[in-house]
Amino acid sequence: MEFFRNTNIDFLGKKWYFLVFSLIFSVAGVLSMAFWHGIPLGVDFRGGTLVYVKYAHTPDPSAIHADIDRAGLKNARVQTYGPAANNEVLIQLDIQETSEQALDKGKTQIIQALESKATPGKQDLNNASSLAITNYLLEKDPLHLGSEADANPRYTAIAQSIVDYRDKTKGGVLGSLDELKAITNPVAVASLGDSFFLSDFGIRNVEIVGPQVGQQLRGQAIRATLYSLAGMLIYLAFRFEWIYGVAAVVTVFHDTLITVGAFSLLNREISLTVIAAILTLIGYSNNDTIVVFDRIRENIKLLRRDKLADIVNKSINQTLSRTILTAGLTFLTVLALFLFGGEVLHGFSLALVIGILIGTYSSIAIAAPILVAYQEWRSGRGKPPIAMPLRTGNNPAQPKEKVKA
Amino acid sequence: MNKNLTWKLVVIVGILIVFLFGIFGIPKDWSPKGLLASITDRIHLGLDLRGGTHLILQVQVNDAVSVDSDNAIARLKEDMRARKITYADIVKPDPVNHPEMIVVKGVPPEQTSDFKSIVTDRLPEYDATSGAENSWTVAMKAQNLADLKNRAVQQAIETIRNRIDQLGVSEPVIQEHGLGQYQILVQLPGVDDPARVKEIMQSTAMLEIKQSLGGPYSSQEQALQDHGGVLPPDAVLMQGKSIGSRNSDTGEQWYLISRASAVTGRDLRTAEPTTDENGQPAVRFILTGEGGRKFYAFTSGHVGDFLAVILDNKVQEVATIKEPIRDTGIINGHFTDQETHDLSMTLRSGALPAGIKYLEERTVGPSLGADSIRSGVQAAIYGMLAVLIFMLIYYRWAGVNADIALILNLVILLGFMGYFGAVLTLPGIAGVILTVGMGVDSNVLIFERIREELRNGKTPPSAVEQGFSHAWITIVDTHVTTIVSAAILFLFGTGPVKGFATTLVFGLAANLFTAVFVSRVIFDWVLSRKQRGEALSI
Repeated sequence: MEFFRNTNIDFLGKKWYFLVFSLIFSVAGVLSMAFWHGIPLGVDFRGGTLVYVKYAHTPDPSAIHADIDRAGLKNARVQTYGPAANNEVLIQLDIQETSEQALDKGKTQIIQALESKATPGKQDLNNASSLAITNYLLEKDPLHLGSEADANPRYTAIAQSIVDYRDKTKGGVLGSLDELKAITNPVAVASLGDSFFLSDFGIRNVEIVGPQVGQQLRGQAIRATLYSLAGMLIYLAFRFEWIYGVAAVVTVFHDTLITVGAFSLLNREISLTVIAAILTLIGYSNNDTIVVFDRIRENIKLLRRDKLADIVNKSINQTLSRTILTAGLTFLTVLALFLFGGEVLHGFSLALVIGILIGTYSSIAIAAPILVAYQEWRSGRGKPPIAMPLRTGNNPAQPKEKVKA
Repeated sequence: MNKNLTWKLVVIVGILIVFLFGIFGIPKDWSPKGLLASITDRIHLGLDLRGGTHLILQVQVNDAVSVDSDNAIARLKEDMRARKITYADIVKPDPVNHPEMIVVKGVPPEQTSDFKSIVTDRLPEYDATSGAENSWTVAMKAQNLADLKNRAVQQAIETIRNRIDQLGVSEPVIQEHGLGQYQILVQLPGVDDPARVKEIMQSTAMLEIKQSLGGPYSSQEQALQDHGGVLPPDAVLMQGKSIGSRNSDTGEQWYLISRASAVTGRDLRTAEPTTDENGQPAVRFILTGEGGRKFYAFTSGHVGDFLAVILDNKVQEVATIKEPIRDTGIINGHFTDQETHDLSMTLRSGALPAGIKYLEERTVGPSLGADSIRSGVQAAIYGMLAVLIFMLIYYRWAGVNADIALILNLVILLGFMGYFGAVLTLPGIAGVILTVGMGVDSNVLIFERIREELRNGKTPPSAVEQGFSHAWITIVDTHVTTIVSAAILFLFGTGPVKGFATTLVFGLAANLFTAVFVSRVIFDWVLSRKQRGEALSI
């Protein structure tokens, strides 16, 4: 099977269309960053409190919001999270409610607010740690083990099996105590009822990031991205010619800008893992660019008489099959992540989905035209038309040779 | 088959076995469950997959500096008094930001050399520089200051580790956090109760045993009245541990306690939970040899007097000294089992050298971790299947070659992780998936090149030869750039992102071997079995 065979598309002839296309997306992204959604930063960078809550029934965000408002927490945001069948809610608090003096105050207040319908004096079994349950059983001793040596391990095992059942089988929320009787010692379970009640929710995940960490991570993310770009520039300048490095970095910058812009347009939060995805894209997009550049370098040696624009066109066409196949296959895997990878990886895989499309497009539509444009600019100033390397990839240390005009 | 090829096959099979061992070890049980257990034994799951608590704390290193400079001030005052140097005032001009700075005002000019010699002899860690109007700035030397701060962090790590160890958490991570200054990262897999962890880490548990001179009184006023309005100069009033409900005032009790202590927490050798004579939970402590002697001397002089056990400036218990006590005693005071356990732990591990502040707290519930594993593995399987099947359809027999290389790529990647004890996080699973997508790129590059050479009329052996040699340069370039950008992710130090970078770097490194070497060997083997001129299935 073969999709592309001896294609001969004039990519460079369409460079103005490409430019317009890229400009539309970049400018839309930049405008959104400047005037609309800004750069939506995730809790890692912005600081704040996130509490993920799973309910036993379909949650009602406005009722939850009312409960939290009553507890005096300002500016809380409550939204459903993930597929509706999961019954999950994400509650967010601003950094103002997340002081470093009492980092977890906001979380504690949220839990108290949600437990407003609690039975006084009883603990919530859906949010009790296995240790709390063990301690209770040891104290209450429903099996009358007294001070027998195996009392502690037995009660610990019972508590652990309850917690495992709750967390691993029921996804964090128990509906009723009776469910447990089939799982572990029914006498022990019955005695839990004296001191525990079942709320209708379980806390799945808590993220609290203080302002200092957010600031550190912001700085680190920007630095990492810049280092990454600089690393590419240096490597490519070393392996090829500096203009190749510049072309590749401009291309990658274009990709990064459009990806971040897309997050702004979609108002999706940029978390630490999204930055990881963007750095991966910097590497990936470069892959594509390098494959084309490598071919250009090879063809320059073979076809010395041809114009650079023709060589570039030919090189893109020769590698087109590989470019599309690889992009398609990587896209397939990333799509699998996006569709099946779960809510936690959603932002990450979204960045990859967007970035792989843009990265593939840009290696053809941005990187190669820059090379040609540079050459035309040089010849316009009366300089020798090509400053392309003749050294082979095997021996980068070899001194430069230039083709005589 | 020629000899060269046989050798290469042996190498590949050898590597396969080595890395399979890296993944599985030698399983005790060959059932699917046993195999799974032996994998998780070697490849550790990150907090985001198994659930647990992640904390980042800041050590308030200036606390430790303050203590040091307070001592320095005390020493200065004492020595200046001894050498009869007069001064107007000793202050810390900026105790919050620069606790290492001490300013001595009004030192007479004729005594400056004396003053300087005190600083050089008695405070070798400090420098004295003269300022306006006979004032001197005594500040800790930069090197010593940095050492002191780092020591405070190391001590805090040690103390926290001691306390966490006693919680019985498996594989805790307690280390300096590279991202910021004087920060500590604490990761506790399987612990989903951060409040309790913090309680244990932060409790200072300063133990003192002192003489009780009177009490209990129901209020401070009553205590004052009882002593005619004036307290004895060598005594202070201390509150007793409230009993019963914590918020009500009714349980308030006050004691008059002597300032000097008989023994303190420093004299403690160990402490352990026990029960008192009524079967109530209590803490037994054992003193060091030196502490025991002090305690014996004190108690034998005070038989019949009252003794107060004080924890963190709260009177826990007051008891009569019935007979001289040498080196062991019991603290009781309406504890629960848990409290005696925690208390003896904190007594044993000592106090933190400086205060700590929490910067970040994350708790992943085990239910979320289980869901994440499920969806991550699901995505990985679908993604891989899609790629494997596509390669088979598009490249036919050469697709089998690519698929073998890809699977070996995964085996090596996971084997690496097993050998290095790397941590698999959810983004790490994504890294595995991405490795498949990007790893197949090398195969595509090579295969496309072979097809091109075949189209140009080359014979299969020479097309394969050309395809590999041309694609090799490109493959090196693409791998280096991707590994560079993944390696930069290590800047983020820890957590899920590092797990992602780890799998990506290992995966791509393994890919260089599988896509180039292994694939080539398979091609050579296929070619060696074909007749000259027979077509290649690609």
